[in-house]
Amino acid sequence: VEPLIAATDASPATVATDRVNVKLMVNGQRRDLTVDVRVTVLDALREHLHLTGSKKGCDQGQCGACTVHIDGERVLSCLTLAVAAQGKRIETIEGLAGTDGKLHPMQQAFIDQDGFQCGYCTPGQIMSAVACVREGHADTDTDIQEYMSGNLCRCAAYPKIVAAIKQARERMKLA
Amino acid sequence: MRPFTFQLATDVARASQLGLGTGQGQTDANVQFLAGGTTLIDLMKLDVLRPARVIDIGPLRRAYDAIEVGPNGLHLGALARMSAVADHPGVLDAYPAIAQSLQLAASAQLRNMATLGGNVLQKTRCTYYRDPSWAACNKRSPGSGCAAISGFNRNHAVLGVDDSCISQYPGDLAVALIALEAQLELSGPLGSRRTPFAALHTPANGQPHIETSLRSGELITGFLVPPGAWNRRSVYIKVRDRTSYEFAISSAAVGLDMDGERVRNARIGLGGVAYRPWRAVEAEDTLTGKPLTEANAEAAAAAALKDAKTHGHNDYKPELARRTLVRALLHAGSLKPSGESA
Repeated sequence: VEPLIAATDASPATVATDRVNVKLMVNGQRRDLTVDVRVTVLDALREHLHLTGSKKGCDQGQCGACTVHIDGERVLSCLTLAVAAQGKRIETIEGLAGTDGKLHPMQQAFIDQDGFQCGYCTPGQIMSAVACVREGHADTDTDIQEYMSGNLCRCAAYPKIVAAIKQARERMKLA
Repeated sequence: MRPFTFQLATDVARASQLGLGTGQGQTDANVQFLAGGTTLIDLMKLDVLRPARVIDIGPLRRAYDAIEVGPNGLHLGALARMSAVADHPGVLDAYPAIAQSLQLAASAQLRNMATLGGNVLQKTRCTYYRDPSWAACNKRSPGSGCAAISGFNRNHAVLGVDDSCISQYPGDLAVALIALEAQLELSGPLGSRRTPFAALHTPANGQPHIETSLRSGELITGFLVPPGAWNRRSVYIKVRDRTSYEFAISSAAVGLDMDGERVRNARIGLGGVAYRPWRAVEAEDTLTGKPLTEANAEAAAAAALKDAKTHGHNDYKPELARRTLVRALLHAGSLKPSGESA
């Protein structure tokens, strides 16, 4: 991790107060920002990089709408400080489709299986579901229900979300 | 969230030095360590925690995230992620209560973020503590009173409570750790030390804002679960209001060392019902040398809850906790000594 700003004392630790320069790696691209030290990854994505696919539901780590991948693992961007996410790979729903625009098998499966109604939780559901399959936690319906429990859907599209994950699970194996 | 100064700790000595000012888990501590952030950032957003300085110990992860199963017991680095330990084959096989307590906690995303050290230090979910618009909370504002005692206290504790605080310790892992007699490894400005895990969380004692025995600048660096015949034959049972992604309203960690039909040694921890991670020593003693019948399990459960104190909405808890413990004991007893299902 590169120094955030020059330390004002002789300390080897890096220090940041108030505004801070952060270097984030988002969907394979280096993005340099100057933000308040309190800014979360979610707010950096939405308010500063205008990547509004990741949603702010509860902003308290309870709903899963803000789920992104950091260093390949699904995490909650609303509880991750941007300043603490430097040097890590952040992947969002915007980076999931191929560069040719072809949807990821999980995105296609949510469309095919009608895995949403209002769609607000869907980016978080899809990012969580991709990781769920990669982790090997999508072998059975019970596993899918348990390991997707961190993503709430107030439209209650849950049965169709399970169906979508089962469809994508098979196609992700072929990919 | 209030402004703060962010500092990155590149090694444990520097972390301890920067961390001078953290103290006894006090809500008003001026300095807080940041690991997974799942408790700290949440409570800073709620204006419950208001540190002037946040010390990010993320760079220490590689040095303190090992999971080792060996002849000297189970060693867990404090910065190991909950998900890594929950899925570790050696932990699943030899320390099932540890793995189960983690599998049944939080959500997949939170388990990917949260470290073991941070998990055992997570704060109570008492709604009065988490909402500063309630003036009375002795844990958040020392001496201000307790809104829960006369408030909506369905989820509050019945063991280890006093007139100052009836909040419930919400974690799962700590219940398994206290039952299996874990040791805590600490590193601080004055060097390293080891202490029983049971000594980490302090009793309310009229001053519930002091939550742990950690010294200023001290970091949890690891956990050691010592060898014991009860480790393999251990279970964690969690009862909650919904099937997944919910805190316990009652839980039990049980480890059994059996001599045929008789209990040679029992290890029992209770969660969801106590002010701090709870070891039920009297229940353990009740079972020693006896056959593991339902009646004996019920006698042990009665001993574990005999000092329960309820406050109205949580009157149901002692009975639920007794039944949870009986179920955990009989389930552990039904396992083969290897821990596999009989």
